[in-house]
Amino acid sequence: MTAQSNRAAATKSVFGALDRFGDQRVLLSIAILIALPWLLPSQALAVNVLIYGVVVMGYNLLFGYTGLLSFGQAAFFGCGAYVTGIAIGRYGMPWFAAVASAVVVSTILAAVIGVISTRTRGIYFSMVTLALAQLVYYVALQASSFTGGENGLRGFTVDRISLFGLQINFLDPLNKYYVLMVFAAAALWFQSRILNSPFGAVIEAIRENEQRARACGYDVERSKLLVFMLSGSISALGGCMLALHLSIVPLDILHYQTSGMIVMMVLLGGARSFFGPFVGAAAFLILEDVISLWTPHWQIFVGAIFILFVLFLPKGIWGTLLETLPIARPRR
Amino acid sequence: MDLSLIIMQLLSGIALGAVLVITALGLTIVFGMLGVVNFAHGAMFMIGAYAGLYLASLTGSFWWGLLLAPILIGAFGMLIEFVLIRRLYGRSIDDPLLLTFGLSYVLVEGVRILFGSDGIPFPTPSQLIGVVDLGVGFFPRYRIFVIVMVAAVLVLLWLMLEKTRIGLIVRAGARDPVIMQVLGVDIGRVWLAIFGLGVALAALGGVLAGPMRSVNPEMGSLVLAEAFVVTVIGGLGSIPGAVVAGLLVGISISMVALVAPEMATIVMFALMAAVLLIRPQGLFNVRGRVA
Repeated sequence: MTAQSNRAAATKSVFGALDRFGDQRVLLSIAILIALPWLLPSQALAVNVLIYGVVVMGYNLLFGYTGLLSFGQAAFFGCGAYVTGIAIGRYGMPWFAAVASAVVVSTILAAVIGVISTRTRGIYFSMVTLALAQLVYYVALQASSFTGGENGLRGFTVDRISLFGLQINFLDPLNKYYVLMVFAAAALWFQSRILNSPFGAVIEAIRENEQRARACGYDVERSKLLVFMLSGSISALGGCMLALHLSIVPLDILHYQTSGMIVMMVLLGGARSFFGPFVGAAAFLILEDVISLWTPHWQIFVGAIFILFVLFLPKGIWGTLLETLPIARPRR
Repeated sequence: MDLSLIIMQLLSGIALGAVLVITALGLTIVFGMLGVVNFAHGAMFMIGAYAGLYLASLTGSFWWGLLLAPILIGAFGMLIEFVLIRRLYGRSIDDPLLLTFGLSYVLVEGVRILFGSDGIPFPTPSQLIGVVDLGVGFFPRYRIFVIVMVAAVLVLLWLMLEKTRIGLIVRAGARDPVIMQVLGVDIGRVWLAIFGLGVALAALGGVLAGPMRSVNPEMGSLVLAEAFVVTVIGGLGSIPGAVVAGLLVGISISMVALVAPEMATIVMFALMAAVLLIRPQGLFNVRGRVA
């Protein structure tokens, strides 16, 4: 009796600790990201990890937590970037209005693609999202008066950002990093909020057993569509960050190779873990950086490493780490 | 609009569609049997085209390239199934898809290392240069050959699947692999052969497409998207579906190119979206196998 209640109490306190960890995962993630420019060999790399981390985090909501393997995330990443650039360059909007409208437009695009693709299941879903994202690519290629076609979108530069009356020189790489960091922090908070909500439990239920979730009375189709839109909006925010960072939008951002890269990053880091996307983005970009120092054919190594991960380490770097260190395991 | 122009464009569409049919067929047969969507299918198409070009220049004859490239690349596909994909049966349905995606990265970059990143022209075989007068207009001889060749391969495949003992095993294996094992059939060997066949069809598509467009390492990525659209329209796993949808997509592309050229790359995706809204399982679905 006492032994049992002791164990029950112990279990409870462990879960309690994990709960607290769960509440603080946003703060912990932000702390790591604040230190990132000093942890990585270059600040340029840190900015890219930040941007792709946000994009992959949005994708993780769809693939990791809901179990929907989409090959079309580039559409929303690219849409966010293009709309930001067009809003600033063509319509002279201030940067915050451009970012807001980019996220709204991308979420609408995600709703349209989501309505069509969430009607399908399993492997069909992967193929249909890939095809519809390619459609977006060809539309951007054809609408060259708007998007610059093959040359990409140019002619918008944000060199100065005013934040609460504060003028920030956006050309300084470190300033740039910390301004973009604010976006990343917002995205982290938003993602954590979604996962902690009852809706977060529903999408994980859909991943574990779609039929049972349906039998419990949850509207599976609507939940899938909603998570598709939420995931698209977070990835679109990453696109906005990229546009502000580069001051150009390359057409390749919309190609399904970019979607594939996002899939690779989430798997390298660890799907279904909160901080995994940033680890995956860092792992991919560092690999690219290091290998391209001595050969231009870095893709062959990245592809081979990815194959090894699928075969032997399907939980990714961060996911495997969390599993081997039970204290660090956050509440999902 | 001129009627003869429309007929010529229709024929071009059929030639274009024929290559799509043969490529999508490989994808759909592998899925129907193994339940695996091969994301490296476009890359296999591309290395098929390179192998055909290389073998043709080595032997001095296009015909050796056309014959040997699918065999060689098909054997390579069997190796891939044996070494990599076999390990993933019984795991999540997403895993083979992810693995073959990584494989496509490796193959594309491998070709860049061996043959360079630039496109290489694929010479049309000397016997098939020029045009044929069809009464309503002149049509490239090579495209007629492509249409005839694909039709012949389709008939051969149909005979193999419907009239031979091997075909019987293959059809039964697609229906119920467990019962086939109980009956003493080594299903692993059947899957190995089918994966090889699927890859060989992709390679054949690549060689046939070679003289119609130049050969480059990125050619597979467009083909993969096209093959996906065709199989989704036709119904994944359905052989008649792949044939009808392939021709439908080829003809739509060339017809739209006549009216509004800038819409030509977009029309097939619109077609797919329309089919999905009306019949999410595709035009010819096999027993509702939606993975």
